[in-house]
Amino acid sequence: MKAVLFIFLSFVSFSFYATEITVCETCEIKSIKKAVEVAESGDTIRVKPGIYKENDIVIKDKSITIIGDDFPVIDAEMQGTAISISAEAFKIEGFKIINIGRSHTSDFSAILVSNSTNFEIKNNRFDNIFFGILIERSNNGRIIGNRVTGKAKSQAHSGNAIHLWKTEEMHIENNYLEGVRDGIYLEFTDDTEIINNVCKNNLRYGLHFMFSDGNTYSGNLFENNGAGVAVMYSKEILMYRNTFKNNWGSASYGLLLKDITDSELKQNTFEENTVGISADNTNRINYIENDFKSNGYAVKIRGGCYNNVFERNNFLYNSFDLTYNGHSNENTFNGNYWSNYSGYDLDKDNFGDIPYRPVSLFSYLVDKTPESIVMLRSLFIDLIEFSEKVSPIFTPANVLDEQPYIRKIQW
Amino acid sequence: MFKILKYSFFDLFRSRWSFVYFFFYLLLGLVLLFLNNDLSNAIITLMNVIIVLVPLIGTIFGIMYFYNSREFTELLLAQPIARKHIFLGQYLGVAISLALSLVLGLGIPFIIYGLFESSAIWDFFSLLVVGSFLTFIFTALSFGIALRFENKIKGFGMAILMWLFLAIIYDGIFLLLLMYFQEYPLEDFALAASVLNPIDLSRTLILLKLDISALLGYTGAVFKSFFGTTKGSIISFGVLLAWVILPIWGMLRLASKKDF
Repeated sequence: MKAVLFIFLSFVSFSFYATEITVCETCEIKSIKKAVEVAESGDTIRVKPGIYKENDIVIKDKSITIIGDDFPVIDAEMQGTAISISAEAFKIEGFKIINIGRSHTSDFSAILVSNSTNFEIKNNRFDNIFFGILIERSNNGRIIGNRVTGKAKSQAHSGNAIHLWKTEEMHIENNYLEGVRDGIYLEFTDDTEIINNVCKNNLRYGLHFMFSDGNTYSGNLFENNGAGVAVMYSKEILMYRNTFKNNWGSASYGLLLKDITDSELKQNTFEENTVGISADNTNRINYIENDFKSNGYAVKIRGGCYNNVFERNNFLYNSFDLTYNGHSNENTFNGNYWSNYSGYDLDKDNFGDIPYRPVSLFSYLVDKTPESIVMLRSLFIDLIEFSEKVSPIFTPANVLDEQPYIRKIQW
Repeated sequence: MFKILKYSFFDLFRSRWSFVYFFFYLLLGLVLLFLNNDLSNAIITLMNVIIVLVPLIGTIFGIMYFYNSREFTELLLAQPIARKHIFLGQYLGVAISLALSLVLGLGIPFIIYGLFESSAIWDFFSLLVVGSFLTFIFTALSFGIALRFENKIKGFGMAILMWLFLAIIYDGIFLLLLMYFQEYPLEDFALAASVLNPIDLSRTLILLKLDISALLGYTGAVFKSFFGTTKGSIISFGVLLAWVILPIWGMLRLASKKDF
């Protein structure tokens, strides 16, 4: 909020002596590059509709506002970065930036922001790009309402829609990111909010954290990506009300957690993913009130997971509710609803009277010998599952829900 | 041969067993669709039923029919008709009427629920093809067993054992081998083992058609790359066909040698 106020105030104060520069095909100034050269701090550049074949527009230490009327097109003609900025308090709004060239040695992007503070990139469109918005060593930026559509074919030849590196306190909201490598990528980025974005059909991840602490993402939709979200080597991540959907394929996940600690997942929906959550080396994570619906595996707990708490989640019609590595259990699974639970509630306290074992014998077998997955839905497996349920021998005896809900939990 | 086929076929119709079978599937289809209201989900549940029940019903039906019509068979044998034609005719009569009950019994409710507008039509179609194949395979096997054993109890026992073996015990041995040799690369073995058993093959074929195949991970990818190619489809189709032809051939050989 502070950042918003600051931006607002800085624009107000600048506007007292600001001039407006208009760029159009018939105007005095015909190119954005020229306009940027003549502009002083506090000026506004207004760009009229048209196609501007420009690249390497450099804004250095000028706090200017650039506004496109009705989406003027900046065509970088596959050569280098379109706009690179290093300044305080600037704003870019309403452009359509296309044709950013691919490179193996430099990260060409539509908008490159470095060493900047208090800026806003709003309502732009990006098409056929390598990197979309690349931000490095900056803080207090707002990236709102942008729309990125790419045609990424292979991971090695594509970039990320929004790429943050060494930034702080960023705010990313209402963006639509489709067809790139990673929708949003954060590396060494702390205290950032990611709200109500849509990441669809991306090659690798919808959202990707690396070494980024104290971030919040909520209300986002991750659909049909290579994997929905990957959170790696980070801590204190809050994940609320996101939807992970249709991340389906032999190596796909809804959410991949690797080496993360002290985080919370609340009221997220995981629907029709091959693996809902794959957790590896995660400690002290609370999974509260999430829905896991029609996934292949709802939750895969791999090695080194301690003190995780699953509470009030709904596990609905997954092929496997939980797979679990190893025999000791340091996590709790009490008080969830499991659609496969077949117990009863005689004392009518809304909890089943007998505990539920979320790890089935078959998931244990598959974990040991992956090839045995070909027996899926075989009568033999149903039979041994039944006998295992009656008297558990192979499945970890202490992985159980002591108080399974008898009805779906409303949250 | 066609006369005998026709006779067996209508005999089954008159004895109402085909109708019982038909109504069973009709009810099953309607209830499944009523509860699921989603065609592709219903198809998965139906697959579970088909790969267990169709072989069982084919086996029991085949062996029951053979023992029941034994006197009539002996009467036919006294006539100047080739043995091959008698047994082939009876076999086809039973198998075709069972397959027809299956196809119609399941087809009608699915058509009512809008199968033709659904994208699941090919999955459903392959389900029916596989179901029909299983009917033909297990009826032939049970005819062979009935010919081999005069004693009804023995014959029934053997037929049930045959079903148990292919439906359950085979998978148990298969799983044991997988667990025992888990240090080795087992994809090719798993592939071969599931192609050789008609029930496993049918299950795999349908599972791979449904998009559940992504669950199967690396092994699934190996399977998909095999069954997805023309070569794979030809091989699996050929194996199913061989499972029909070999038991029929064995049955006919037994029949021609047998002293009635």
